[in-house]
Amino acid sequence: MTEIRGDMASASTTDQVSRLVVLPFNKSIEISFKNIRVRFFRSMITTMSLVLAVSFLCFTNVGMHVADGLLASGDPDKRQALINAGYDIGPQDTSVAATAKQRWIVILSLVVCVVGIVNAQLMAVTERFREIGTMKCLGALDRFILQLFFLEAGMQGLVGGGIGALAGAFFSLITATTSFGAGALIDVSWLNVAGSVLWATLVGFFLSLVGVFYPAIVAAKMQPVEAMRTEH
Amino acid sequence: MEREKHNIVRVSNVIKSFKLGKVDVQALKGIDLEIQAGHYISIMGPSGSGKSTLFNMIGGLDKPTSGKVFIDEVDIAQLDAYELAWLRCRKIGYIFQTFNLIQVMTALENVTLPMTFAGMNSDDAAKKGIRLLDLVGLGDRFQHKPSELSGGQQQRVAVARALANDPAIILADEPTGNLDLSTGEEIIALLKNLSDERVVTVISATHDFKMLNVSDQVVWIRDGRVDKIENREELSISLGTIGARE
Repeated sequence: MTEIRGDMASASTTDQVSRLVVLPFNKSIEISFKNIRVRFFRSMITTMSLVLAVSFLCFTNVGMHVADGLLASGDPDKRQALINAGYDIGPQDTSVAATAKQRWIVILSLVVCVVGIVNAQLMAVTERFREIGTMKCLGALDRFILQLFFLEAGMQGLVGGGIGALAGAFFSLITATTSFGAGALIDVSWLNVAGSVLWATLVGFFLSLVGVFYPAIVAAKMQPVEAMRTEH
Repeated sequence: MEREKHNIVRVSNVIKSFKLGKVDVQALKGIDLEIQAGHYISIMGPSGSGKSTLFNMIGGLDKPTSGKVFIDEVDIAQLDAYELAWLRCRKIGYIFQTFNLIQVMTALENVTLPMTFAGMNSDDAAKKGIRLLDLVGLGDRFQHKPSELSGGQQQRVAVARALANDPAIILADEPTGNLDLSTGEEIIALLKNLSDERVVTVISATHDFKMLNVSDQVVWIRDGRVDKIENREELSISLGTIGARE
């Protein structure tokens, strides 16, 4: 206790530099990780729309890699199988481009997913009004609250995006083997598949951060006295 | 002796008005108040008297419409967000009617959170946290979540948390409001002890008459004004009537 008193005295005699409240990065990671673990079901719902949208994105991309692989093998039977499966391939084409319609559907699903995340995170903020207000009474800065929400969203984004991407790739490859046979797995470029999984995960991570942006600002801007006033 | 004279909180002609729809409502109509360091102060008054509003002003949770609030002779209206956070973290400990522990953290984590904000390292904070939980009689339950503790125990954790950074002031807003009679008395006794032993100024807003017995000074608020301020000596005379009521 004496050392704290001494510390306080020096803090007031020196200047504002020592008058800073801090939240070390590893501590905030620890807090946000615990938050996710304790509210696992809540976080799962928040992440679910992200998982679905990312898996759809990955499904589409990997499907294209499979088609590319089949086309690149130069086998006319495989080319015919692709055309039968509904791919729009001209006689000179060497790769399958995503159609405009396909691209729009994927983009739309990602937009819907972001809206879903914003919605879920706003509800999470409302649920945690009292907690945020309490933290502010204990000396938390706006920045700490932002940091916690972004870290949580980042972790959810990485995990949700990762799971979604792997699931999307997996189902895409299953679909490919059922419609084109196991040969599709030999022709496909696995490097491209891995790239797509990585890309989809990053997209998920990014979308999760975009989705939490507004809710986190709402949370951080809240005055502590308002949080105290809120019942329940 | 000099410390005794020291005003830890000074409220000077504070007016606070809220907008309710189109009507301006004055919750505080000019409050003057001086609180000496180390005292145990109760702010009494019926609900709607402006007691909570005054309490929030003193705690730096709200800013007055006009007038000034000084804590340790620093005008809190002059502080920026960082300094205000520092003040909340190091100078003031808050205790709430609804305990407001962070539900997802254990008792120990709740107590050490303000220490983390104050820049203490984890090991020291854990040691000090356990010592504080010992002090409030919960040393063996530091691993429990708030939901696994009774109301009285949760409020004890909140008291330990309020003491985390050895604040000069403890602000308690209806600390016994959600507790039964005997647990309420325990919390009051605990606060009184802390005030005596640690020379902490305890300011509590309350309408619990049990608080009067331990208060050095009682500030009665009525209709947004200070109705009267009674010191301990005067209190013991009027206490007879209150004691008779119970």
